[in-house]
Amino acid sequence: MSRVRVLVGTRKGAFILTADGKRQDWEVSGPHFAGWELYHVKGSPVDPNRIYASQTSGWFGQIIQRSDDGGKTWFQPGTPPGETAAPGGMPKSESNKFAYDTSAETGKPLTTHQWYDGTQRNWEFKRVWHVEPSLTDADTVYAGVEDAALFRSTDGGKNWKELPGLRGHGTGPKWQPGAGGMCLHTVILDPSDSKRIYIAISAAGAFRTDDGGETWKPINRGLYSQYIPEPTAEIGHCVHHVAMNPKRPGVLFMQKHWDVLRSDNAGDQWHEVSGNLPTDFGFVIDVHAHEPETVYVVPIKSDGEHFPLEGKLRVYRSRTGGNEWEPLTKGLPQRDCYVNVLRDAMSVDSLDKCGVYFGTTGGQVYCSPDAGDTWAPIVRDLPAVLSVETQTLP
Amino acid sequence: MIIVVLPAHLKTLARVTGDVQLEVPGDGAGKVTLRDVLDALEARYPMLSGTIRDHLTRERRPFLRFFACEQDLTHEGPDVRLPDEVVRGKEPLFIIGAIAGG
Repeated sequence: MSRVRVLVGTRKGAFILTADGKRQDWEVSGPHFAGWELYHVKGSPVDPNRIYASQTSGWFGQIIQRSDDGGKTWFQPGTPPGETAAPGGMPKSESNKFAYDTSAETGKPLTTHQWYDGTQRNWEFKRVWHVEPSLTDADTVYAGVEDAALFRSTDGGKNWKELPGLRGHGTGPKWQPGAGGMCLHTVILDPSDSKRIYIAISAAGAFRTDDGGETWKPINRGLYSQYIPEPTAEIGHCVHHVAMNPKRPGVLFMQKHWDVLRSDNAGDQWHEVSGNLPTDFGFVIDVHAHEPETVYVVPIKSDGEHFPLEGKLRVYRSRTGGNEWEPLTKGLPQRDCYVNVLRDAMSVDSLDKCGVYFGTTGGQVYCSPDAGDTWAPIVRDLPAVLSVETQTLP
Repeated sequence: MIIVVLPAHLKTLARVTGDVQLEVPGDGAGKVTLRDVLDALEARYPMLSGTIRDHLTRERRPFLRFFACEQDLTHEGPDVRLPDEVVRGKEPLFIIGAIAGG
């Protein structure tokens, strides 16, 4: 019988939740990296036992961790425990080094972006928000970082190199941080086209490359953001998350700061599908593993009040690719609930009956083994959940 | 032999449980600096590179401080001579994380 492994990043460590295909009885391991912020943990589709994790700290900086045994043991790539740096030998700990490309050879490396007050600031690495393992090679992995840039490793996370065409494509000086920092938080690899990658930045917008990361273009046409000087500008939108069903890669769904949107042409044009949602502010969005028109969001009251409307935690599902939404409440708290669900904290499995998962800032991780019809908490009392990723194992 | 006391999280990263003891040659004439100690620490425990000093700028991370012999050495600069008691291993060099956050 197939199994499910849920990788949970929290404010104070990572947790791994495992169950068989019934998804009723769960084993919980962790905290891994106790006391550290785990912004994201994700496994390789090629080798599910290969898992990458972003471990960060305001005190000690960025650490990349890797497991080759499904999360039982971890190490920093290129720096095995007990191995010291020989004098004159290869430098260690390069796996934690994210150096922006400033070379003249790679095009137009930028040194500044816009700060909150409109002045220009130098790019300064802070942390990795998202790790995205390659669909075809377990040693290749992408990292979306703050200040916004995309890095890639082709040696299992030992060394990282920026894809500078993104920052250098021309609009970089207009990018500015959202309240959570200027983060590149979404990386989507197109399974039908190895050269196509989508990314999203808060608050710059969504971008796409069709040549493996050499060149990029903004894909924000159709977005309307009334909180920026030019609401339909090419750049400056606070995109919270983007999701895609791998079986239909040209169709994208977006949860923007406000508004839920859809694109049927790989982001070239978007249109709003908020429909009858009670509020279209939110962070997460995801798509059913087998039904590309079934989409999930968790409406949040507003940008000033980051909790569900009326204290009722409700996932909304559309079976029509947007516009018509139904609340899913069975098993979710329907009173006095004031948690948030952050942008990377929803995921789906690919079992026959698609499972849907999300984590809250109150430390609950909920599972629905029946595509959203019913929910139950896997755990109730973790630290605030930053990310949830799911692996479906044989 | 210089004794370094690490914050708990860095002990975990370095996979050590107690204080760290380092041979630090310094300039060979008895002068050992904070930079010498940190270089030796990172050579012995490469997984700590970037956690105390920024990977690229080599600047101290803002929320870390250095103490020894009841003195705050944080702002002395990395190339100032460490106290003799530290160099002789009589007193430890403390690397302290700021008390902040939840």
